[in-house]
Amino acid sequence: MAKVKGDIIIDIEKCKGCELCAAACPQHSLELSRKLNSKGYHYIVKIEDNCTGCTNCALVCPDSVIRVFRKTEKKKEQVATITNVTGDITVKVKS
Amino acid sequence: MNERRMLDDSHYENLIEEESVCINENLVYDKPETLTKTPMHYCPGCGHGVAHRLIAEVIDELGIQEKTIGVAPVGCAVFAYNYFNVDMSEAAHGRASAVATGIKRVLPDRYVFSYQGDGDLAAIGTGETIHTCNRGENILIIFINNGIYGMTGGQMAPTTLEGMKTTTTPFGRDVQAMGYPLKITELIAQLPGVYYCSRVAVNTPVHVRKAKKAIYNGFKFQELNKGVSFVEIVTNCPSNWKMTPVESNKWLEEHMLPFYPLGDLKLPGKEN
Ligand SMILES: Cc1ncc(C[n+]2csc(CCOP(=O)(O)OP(=O)(O)O)c2C)c(N)n1
Ligand code: SF4
Ligand code: SF4
Ligand code: SF4
Ligand SMILES: [Mg+2]
Repeated sequence: MAKVKGDIIIDIEKCKGCELCAAACPQHSLELSRKLNSKGYHYIVKIEDNCTGCTNCALVCPDSVIRVFRKTEKKKEQVATITNVTGDITVKVKS
Repeated sequence: MNERRMLDDSHYENLIEEESVCINENLVYDKPETLTKTPMHYCPGCGHGVAHRLIAEVIDELGIQEKTIGVAPVGCAVFAYNYFNVDMSEAAHGRASAVATGIKRVLPDRYVFSYQGDGDLAAIGTGETIHTCNRGENILIIFINNGIYGMTGGQMAPTTLEGMKTTTTPFGRDVQAMGYPLKITELIAQLPGVYYCSRVAVNTPVHVRKAKKAIYNGFKFQELNKGVSFVEIVTNCPSNWKMTPVESNKWLEEHMLPFYPLGDLKLPGKEN
């Protein structure tokens, strides 16, 4: 199994606070800030640290202000290599 | 004192932050290069922005930025030329497909697309639309159907749903007096000059992904010189529908999509 961890960067100055990203986020990680940006819009902020990097928020954002990052950590698998006596067949065995 | 400090140290050790995942190597989604940095003038939550981004993403992926020419309409997308990093032309109201025809005929090796609203394409430009499609010009027509004249303040469009309230139909569209909502995409799909015809939406992540595929096909089919590719994108207009963006996308799903069903209306290689 692979462990997935994601994160996003929001360009809050260009966000228009439409909340489409928040509605599309399966992790409910996004919410409107109480603060305003210089254009006078409440902007979106991340309120949870559970982002999976699924890109849903970025897909529905009309102003393309979300950048998405995703890191997939592969669990280290223990692998044994077995070679037969004549040395012409090698198989890898997962633990 | 000493004891306390030790406690604090171990406490902080546990709090040491994991390494940030926000590094270039992990980047999985970013604004496409074919979109300029200019902030879009569209209302918050308007589907025009998503449609723009998808077109730009496809142009990026195909690597055809230098060879693409777009034609902007009259309507809310009138400033589309400010947002695309490709050559663009502006057309008079409804005439975008005629302008695109001219460009493509003079420069047949370019990828040419028109971007038009429902008032533009299905009202004032109906003649141009139908004849461009009937001539089988090798262009891509992107049709943004939000069921309303957005730019001018929310008047009824040919595509306005029965019973839908607009500034010119304050009691809802009465089909006896105002005619029926026009499914122009179904009409033009019948024409032999149309090679590919599809209807998509951008109200959910799943629909956005499918919409991108349709736009990709539209650009790709131009290489075959087989005729018009026509992609209708059903979008919202939160401002003139008088809803929040989230409500408008829900309303779109519940009211627009049953009348304007999504899917391919004409797919090369498949009998329709
Ligand atoms: C010749 C002409 N007639 C009328 C207008 C006024 N006008 C501007 S935009 C528009 C309708 C736009 O609606 P649509 O194409 O659906 O675009 P939207 O704004 O909804 O994206 C109209 C009637 C005009 N600019 N030029
Ligand atoms: S990438 Fe997915 S999980 Fe992360 S904030 Fe966006 S929608 Fe939510
Ligand atoms: S979808 Fe984009 S513009 Fe809308 S609130 Fe989210 S980040 Fe802001
Ligand atoms: S008026 Fe409607 S179509 Fe025009 S930008 Fe605003 S929401 Fe979009
Ligand atoms: Mg319209």
